[in-house]
Amino acid sequence: MSGLLSEEVLSHIGRQSAPRREIVTRRDIRKYAIATDNRQAKYLDGDMAPPLFHLHLFWDVVPLNELSPDGVSIDSLLPKFPLEKAMAGGLDIRYHKPIRPGDWLTATRTLTDIYEKAGRSGPLIFYEVLMEVRDDDGELVVSEKTTRILR
Amino acid sequence: MTLAPTVGMTIPQREHYCDAVQQMLYNASLWNGHRIHFDMPYATEVEGYPGLVVAGPLMGDWLHQVVDEWLGESGMITGIEYSNRVAAFVGETVTAGGTVTAYDEATGEVTLEVFVKNDRDEVLTPGVITAQLEQER
Repeated sequence: MSGLLSEEVLSHIGRQSAPRREIVTRRDIRKYAIATDNRQAKYLDGDMAPPLFHLHLFWDVVPLNELSPDGVSIDSLLPKFPLEKAMAGGLDIRYHKPIRPGDWLTATRTLTDIYEKAGRSGPLIFYEVLMEVRDDDGELVVSEKTTRILR
Repeated sequence: MTLAPTVGMTIPQREHYCDAVQQMLYNASLWNGHRIHFDMPYATEVEGYPGLVVAGPLMGDWLHQVVDEWLGESGMITGIEYSNRVAAFVGETVTAGGTVTAYDEATGEVTLEVFVKNDRDEVLTPGVITAQLEQER
């Protein structure tokens, strides 16, 4: 450990976003299916959401003046990290229940970990965000762990 | 139709042409305003890319699709792990595919190693997908 991560930065571990509740519409499913080059009728007709549709449903909808100059929305869950160049990260997604039009779904995001590793060309910071999507009965629909790397 | 997966078998591959209009519609559907996907002077002059960058999660979607089409009505994807390692650019044609790495006949759980690669055979997006096959009754 070279100690890049201050107590202040580490104190953000466990921070949770306000839950976001959204409704699934046939039109949104159809748009997503067409835009992703999907060719299965059940998705193109909007009868059922394809896997990964939760990404579309819960991407942050922010006003234009809150986007950074490169057009990216700033993730309010994250602290200001001492390294800022983003590298490829990874996703680990579990699908528990299918998503259909008319479903109300609620997503909660939690910053579950921040840690540091020595890379070949210097230190790297890793952070993990867990997103849980639940239906109105509180049942888990999708869980997604994102790991991002900064250098 | 019942699938009969065997370890080592490859599933049918699928090509995707990375079209500019499709990229625009995809990113708009997410509310993704990142300039590297649509602003050519920004992508090339400021960020130094050779062209407009294909959105990473779109290639993640193509990993799902190649398996989901193979499964048809015989099963459901239950999980995926993947990462975006190398970028693709608008105008390229990429190929998604996969290989069965494990199959438990008793539970119906099948695991596949999946990829999206470019025409130079570089793997852009490697991943592992698990799926649950419908069980015979």
